[in-house]
Amino acid sequence: MVNLNVNIGKLALKNPVLTASGTFGYGEEFADFISLDRLGGYIVKGTTLEPRQGNPYPRMAETPSGMLNAVGLQNKGVDYFIKEIYPGLSAYGSVPIVNVSGARPEDYAEVCRRLADNTDIQAVEINISCPNVKQGGMAFGTTAAGAASVAKAVRGAFPGTVIVKLSPNVTDITEIARAVEGEGADAVSLINTLMGMAIDVERRRPCLSTVTGGLSGPAVRPVAVRMVWQVAKAVSIPVIGLGGIMNGRDALEFILAGATAIEVGTANFIDPAVTVKIVDYIEDYCIRHNVSDINELIGAVDC
Amino acid sequence: MSDMDKSEKKVIIDCRIVERVPLHNLYTLLKLTPADGSLLPSAEPGQFVQIAVPSSRSTFLRRPISINFIDKERNELWLLIRRAGDGTNALCDTEAGAVLNLIMPLGNGFGRPADKASRLLLAGGGVGIAPLYYLGYELACMGYAPEYLIGARSKTDLLEVELLSAVGPVHISTDDGSYGEHGLVTHNSVLSKQWDLIYCCGPAPMMKAVAAKAREIGSECEVSLENMMACGLGACLCCVENTVKGNVCVCTEGPVFNINQLTW
Repeated sequence: MVNLNVNIGKLALKNPVLTASGTFGYGEEFADFISLDRLGGYIVKGTTLEPRQGNPYPRMAETPSGMLNAVGLQNKGVDYFIKEIYPGLSAYGSVPIVNVSGARPEDYAEVCRRLADNTDIQAVEINISCPNVKQGGMAFGTTAAGAASVAKAVRGAFPGTVIVKLSPNVTDITEIARAVEGEGADAVSLINTLMGMAIDVERRRPCLSTVTGGLSGPAVRPVAVRMVWQVAKAVSIPVIGLGGIMNGRDALEFILAGATAIEVGTANFIDPAVTVKIVDYIEDYCIRHNVSDINELIGAVDC
Repeated sequence: MSDMDKSEKKVIIDCRIVERVPLHNLYTLLKLTPADGSLLPSAEPGQFVQIAVPSSRSTFLRRPISINFIDKERNELWLLIRRAGDGTNALCDTEAGAVLNLIMPLGNGFGRPADKASRLLLAGGGVGIAPLYYLGYELACMGYAPEYLIGARSKTDLLEVELLSAVGPVHISTDDGSYGEHGLVTHNSVLSKQWDLIYCCGPAPMMKAVAAKAREIGSECEVSLENMMACGLGACLCCVENTVKGNVCVCTEGPVFNINQLTW
C-alpha cells in the first residue's frame, strides 16, 4: 500500500492530482467520465466578484503540441457560484478549490471573504497570472510588489489555504514566489499560460480576437518543469506544478522537480478521463520503484 | 416544440472503421462501429462527436464532427468529413479497419414541432447536409414529411443526394448552375413557399442568409453552428457564441440554436 496523501498548507489531499482552473468547468462536466472522488481535488473555473462575459470569439487557436486561449475569465460571479454551483459540489466527494481573480486586491479579498462566510471551501487559488484580461490578472503577477499586495489582501480575508498561481511571463519567477510567501501564502502553483500569438497568414489577421493569448499544452512543459524546480528551491512553502501534463510520467517529472501536487489542465480536453489514469500511474510507479510514500519523491531529482 | 432527449450519458468509445467511402476529393464518409462489439450509444440528430486525430504531428485537439447517420440495424455511426486542414485530412485518410477514439454523444439536437403536418424544410450547404440526413430520416420515420434544400458550388459537390431523395423531395441550387437552380440557396424558388420550420446547417454566411429569409417568410428557424472547439464538453469556454443571454458554449448550449436566441 502506497501513501499518496500530501499536504498543501492545512489542506490534506488524498493524492497529489488536481485539475487546473478553466479546464475542468465545475467538475460536473466530467462526471460522466470519472469519479471525481478519485482525485486529490479539483480547481473550479476562475471566479470574480462580478459576472464576466469574457472576450469575443475566436478565443482559441490550436498550435503545435498545444493551444492558445483568450477566454478572459468568463464566469457568473462569486454570488452565483455560492448560490447555484457550490451546493451541488458536495455530491462529488472530492476537495473543491476555487480559483479567484480580480481587478483590484480588494476585489480578490472580497471574493475570498464571501467564500469563507458562505461555504466550507477549504482552499482558494489566487490567479495573479491571467494573460487575457486588461485589468488585474497578470498585471499583479509580474511584479513582486503587485503579487505581494494581492497575497496580503487575500491572507487577511480567507482563513483557509491560500495558493497563489504564478505567471511564467516574468524575468525571475522565484522573486515573485518569495514575495507571496512573505505575505503568508500557504503555497504557490505554477505555471499559468505563457503569453503567445498566432497569425492566420491567408487573412493576415491574428487567430485570436484579443491578438495575444495564453499558451498551454505539452509545448510549455519543459519551461514549467524548469520553473517548478527553481521555485521549489527558493521557497519553503509547497509548490504545485502544472503546465502541459498529459500523463502520469509527465506528472512525476513535476513531483521530482519539487512539486508537492500537480494540476492537469489542457489534457482534460483531449482525454476527459486522464486525471484518474494519472493517479493510477503514480501509484504503479511508486510500487515499481519501492516508494512507500509519495512525499519521498518530492524534489527527488538527482542533479 | 420539444427538444429531443439530451440525457444520454457521454462516453469515450473506441470505434473501428467498417467502411471508408471517399465521396469526392474534399469529402469522405466513415462508417464506424464500436471496436468491442458493444451497442453504439444513442444520439439525436444534430448532436456531434469529438474524434481524436490518429498519428498527426501537427494537430493536438480532437475534431468535432456532426453525426451524419446512425444505422441502428448495423450498429454503425456515419461521419461525413470535409477536408479542412491537417486534422480532418488525417481522419479522411484513415483506412478501413483502423480504430478511432470518440467522445459521444455531445451537444443538443434539433427540436421538432408537435404537429406532424408542420411544413419542414431542411436547408444544407456543402458538408452542412451531414446532420440533416439523419434529421430528415428520423423525422420521416416519425411521420413528418420533410423536404430538402441543398446548396453546393457545383454538381460534383452535391453529397448523398440519393439518400436524401429517399427521405423526401430534394430542391437543389448550385452556384454555377450545373445542377438544379442557378444561384444561392436563398434564391431557390422553394423558399417562396410557406414553411413552419427551416432547419439549416452550412457555412455561416449561408445560415445567416437563410435565417434572414426565414424571418421574412415568417418561419421558425434552427441553425447548427460549428464554432471552433477545444473540449466539446463545456469546460474550456472557447467555442462561445454571442446570444441574447450573452456568451454561451456552442458545444453544450448548442450546436443547434433557434435563431431567436442568436444576435444575428
